[in-house]
Amino acid sequence: MNLLKKAKGFWGTIVLVVIFSVVTQLLINGGTLNSFYVNTLFSIGINIILAASLHLIIGVTGQFSIGHAGFLAVGAYASAIITMKLGLPFPVAIIAGGAAAAIAGLIIGIPTLRLRGDYLAIATLGFGEIVKIVFLNIDYIGGASGMTVTHLTTWPWLIACVVITIVVIVNFTNSTHGRACISIRENEIAADAMGINTTFYKVMAFIIGAFFAGVAGALHAHNFYIIQPPNFGFLKSFDILILVVIGGLGSMSGAVIAAIALTIISTFLSSYPEVRMVIYSLVLIVMMLFRPQGLMGSKEITSFLKLGKAAKGGVHHDGKNTVA
Amino acid sequence: MTAKTPLLKVENVGIRFGGLKAVSDVNLELNQGELVGLIGPNGAGKTTFFNLLTGVYVPTEGMISLGSEKLNGLAPYKINQKGISRTFQNIRLFSDLSVLDNVKVAYHSLAKHSIVSSLLRLPSHFSGEKEMEEKAIEFLKIFKLESVMHEQAKNLPYGQQRRLEIARALAANPKLLLLDEPAAGMNPQETEELMNLIALIRERFSLTILLIEHDMLLVMGVCERIYVLDHGQLIAQGNPEQIRNNPKVIEAYLGEEVS
Repeated sequence: MNLLKKAKGFWGTIVLVVIFSVVTQLLINGGTLNSFYVNTLFSIGINIILAASLHLIIGVTGQFSIGHAGFLAVGAYASAIITMKLGLPFPVAIIAGGAAAAIAGLIIGIPTLRLRGDYLAIATLGFGEIVKIVFLNIDYIGGASGMTVTHLTTWPWLIACVVITIVVIVNFTNSTHGRACISIRENEIAADAMGINTTFYKVMAFIIGAFFAGVAGALHAHNFYIIQPPNFGFLKSFDILILVVIGGLGSMSGAVIAAIALTIISTFLSSYPEVRMVIYSLVLIVMMLFRPQGLMGSKEITSFLKLGKAAKGGVHHDGKNTVA
Repeated sequence: MTAKTPLLKVENVGIRFGGLKAVSDVNLELNQGELVGLIGPNGAGKTTFFNLLTGVYVPTEGMISLGSEKLNGLAPYKINQKGISRTFQNIRLFSDLSVLDNVKVAYHSLAKHSIVSSLLRLPSHFSGEKEMEEKAIEFLKIFKLESVMHEQAKNLPYGQQRRLEIARALAANPKLLLLDEPAAGMNPQETEELMNLIALIRERFSLTILLIEHDMLLVMGVCERIYVLDHGQLIAQGNPEQIRNNPKVIEAYLGEEVS
């Protein structure tokens, strides 16, 4: 019964997303949405994937990683090599971008995830910079002048990747495996003492997060015509971090909402280049002053929808109001 | 298991941190079903000893074995899966998680559904999660926590948090339960409830329990045997009566008599 209801909710959402994407595609084809809006829409999509993937690492598992742009870069370059150098189709490039980033996540995750808190942050920051410098010095992929990439990212690919990212991360979080990750965030010593293989789950969260960052990298590379190592520096990592923090650490819907809102704000502010960063920073400062826990705190949108039902006594708990 | 083979056997175990010998030469045996106390003045190394048993620290000397299995050098999560579960001196709950989820986490290592089945929401995910939830609720009923199971653990009153921590430790289905000062900060009435609870779970789960405690009333009341640790060394063992009259123990607690 409950299972059926849940499945209905799931498919209902999917149908809505499909309708939304078809309508958007028609608007793009019909020219109602000009290229400015289309670009914004694509940036939003890519930022949602990035925010959701970092949310899994920081918000759910509590590992303060600030080298996310490194995974983005690995994904971008790996996918660009696949399409531009090897001439393989775009879907292969998306998967290869994700896989390359996931492997990078594994290699980086095993040694660095022994570190905690600020030490981990510094180590991952270092990783991001190393990736940038390495790409800067490989001539095969253009070095400092960057690599030109054909525009292959289309709306259906983008929306499909966004949906898959969200579904996978939400499914992971709302399962015993996600709970294991949350228990690490809450108290690593206790999690370890309760039989949770903390290293395994930290690395697992890192790999899944890195994979989707790599997917975002592939979409990003094939959207902007050119990729250059300096675009994947620590500033980019902080941009992603800000999305997760503003959304509310531990809230998936928060990360998504923040990704949408901040992308829109920063796009519209680009008409006022001289005050853009000032206003953007002000938004962040005001936000942190008045709502330090982030837009959503650690709650999910679904918990607000369920609030009414639960109050009537029909308490059904699916982990969503406490998990993440 | 016969009475002859001890459940837990600790032989000459010690650990040094640099030049400091925190625990040395501890020999201890626990038989199946026993309730044993570990006491000692502050800083005697009791919690360090627990940390050695649970793998938080790796002993620099000696052997720890559970049944026939050697535990030295195993990671804490593996030791938990082998059957030693513990609570902490300063409560370590998953405070943002609900009471129910706290217990579910302890069931994690017994879960049968894989990450892939959870990602794809295969039937095994739903059946696995459902089984966990039912088991966890059953458990909370034993501990009279089912009425607060959707509360965040951090919002529980202190006594209930202690109970929840014990419930969580037991949910991992241990053979041996280590309780680190379970009565710390409790009033006499709560302590008494705790004593009853310990007696109840011991019977119900046919557990072996080792507990660290400062509350002598509790220790003398429930423990069959007591080990006394001072300056990292065992100075006495025996039944409560023997311990109470042991001059070494009195000396450790009250200091030497001035002659």
